[in-house]
Amino acid sequence: MSYKAKFKVWRGEGGEGKLEDFTIEVNEGEVVLDIIHRLQATQAPDLAVRWNCKAGKCGSCSMEINGKPRLGCMTRMSTFSEDETITVTPMRTFPVIKDLVTDVSYNYEKAREVPSFTPPEGVRPGEYRMQQVDVQRGQEFRKCIECFMCNNVCHVIRDHEENKPAFSGPRFFIRIAELDMHPYDVAPDRKETAQGEHGLGYCNITKCCTEVCPEHIKITDNAIIPMKERVVDTKYDPLVWLGNKIFKRSK
Amino acid sequence: MTQTTPDPVRRQRAQVKVRTLRTDRWWLAPLLTFLGLSSFLVYGVWAILDTSYFVDPYIAPFSSPCLATSCPEGARFLGWAPFGDWYTLPPGLLILGLPGGFRLTCYYYRKSYYRSFWLSPAACAVQEPHGKYTGETRFPLIVQNVHRYFFYFAILIGGVLTYDAILALIHKPIGLGTWILVLNAVLILGYTFGCHSCRHITAGRLNHFSRHPVRYRAWTFVSKLNARHQQLAWASMFSVMGADLYVRLVAKGIIAFPFA
Repeated sequence: MSYKAKFKVWRGEGGEGKLEDFTIEVNEGEVVLDIIHRLQATQAPDLAVRWNCKAGKCGSCSMEINGKPRLGCMTRMSTFSEDETITVTPMRTFPVIKDLVTDVSYNYEKAREVPSFTPPEGVRPGEYRMQQVDVQRGQEFRKCIECFMCNNVCHVIRDHEENKPAFSGPRFFIRIAELDMHPYDVAPDRKETAQGEHGLGYCNITKCCTEVCPEHIKITDNAIIPMKERVVDTKYDPLVWLGNKIFKRSK
Repeated sequence: MTQTTPDPVRRQRAQVKVRTLRTDRWWLAPLLTFLGLSSFLVYGVWAILDTSYFVDPYIAPFSSPCLATSCPEGARFLGWAPFGDWYTLPPGLLILGLPGGFRLTCYYYRKSYYRSFWLSPAACAVQEPHGKYTGETRFPLIVQNVHRYFFYFAILIGGVLTYDAILALIHKPIGLGTWILVLNAVLILGYTFGCHSCRHITAGRLNHFSRHPVRYRAWTFVSKLNARHQQLAWASMFSVMGADLYVRLVAKGIIAFPFA
């Protein structure tokens, strides 16, 4: 069953641009990315959109659909009414290259600031022995497809560009949490750098990152808040500090 | 390694001159939260100043434990009154800060009031109205990190409310108020032990669950409660308000049916 849908798509380069109106055919079973591709094929051949897998696993087609960060390939047209105008814009937090394609290099710069997994001395790859219960906490965070919608929706940088140097965003808080909770990771100071260099304290746990995560990772409850509690252990709780001194606990 | 291109032409975001393009009723949830939390605050102020907080065997949760000499004999917690005649203010004021602080610094309530009172942000992908934002990096909000200490006190308060419910249970005949106090105690304990700090203390701080099987089991249980922390926060807030109001209405004689 086909119908004609009304679309508004943000078009422009380097930030300057505007919403352009389109009327376009929609067929049963299609997703927003299909419609964007039909626009490219029929009405706007130079419309830029980043995409790859069309299966919600590559994290490329992040965009904002009716103001909400979504994956274009995972947003069914059947979730909208036929008379609804659908507005598609690029992610707001990152600079625009062209149309729906944003420059997400902020995230790659932040990724480099997280020290990689550091095993203890004398333990070589292949010698790690871990119980499933110890591994599974980190496995949740490995589901991340790096669509960067969590960082896009986070108001700390979405509404305050000036916070970008001091704040790494939810995507990297789950990376830090995964490493800090790893039984074999011995990198020092992950909690201190999480609070200091990565700006964990900026997070006011309003959970938008969790709301938009297409992999349904419990970013706030399972990564950010546990890391905040670990930071309290090292920086703000005198009883834990005393306990660590007395019992010589390190991690 | 990934290459990035700091080209100045590319450094500008899409210029969309509206606060949000969301078309759903994003304002509804923060509005309801604002009304819910405000009603709790207004009720709390009234309840603390109200003196009809005890009718044997019920004591209103907002005034329990009652620790002043001015408390009626049966209302005193374990018959104990460490605050003497000199204390003439409402007894609820003595303990108000502990459950209040627990909820104020709770990770769920922080989300709810940052969104509904401070609009930071009111809803996801809705621009906040503030020009500057530093979050919980500095005073006063850095004090939120004290949450676990309030959790320790909240266990005591939860214990007292459970004790009050048990006292009412062993009183015959059992009235409707007893079951209200029991339900309230269960919800308060569910909210308290589902706390994120509790989850951290049980085993969240460990990296080797397998070396601490008992703590891991406790963590698993707390995690299940924690997954419903939001629902338990609201349910326990309304239950404590409802139980408190019920006891006061019975004490005032407004509710006077048999088995009240």
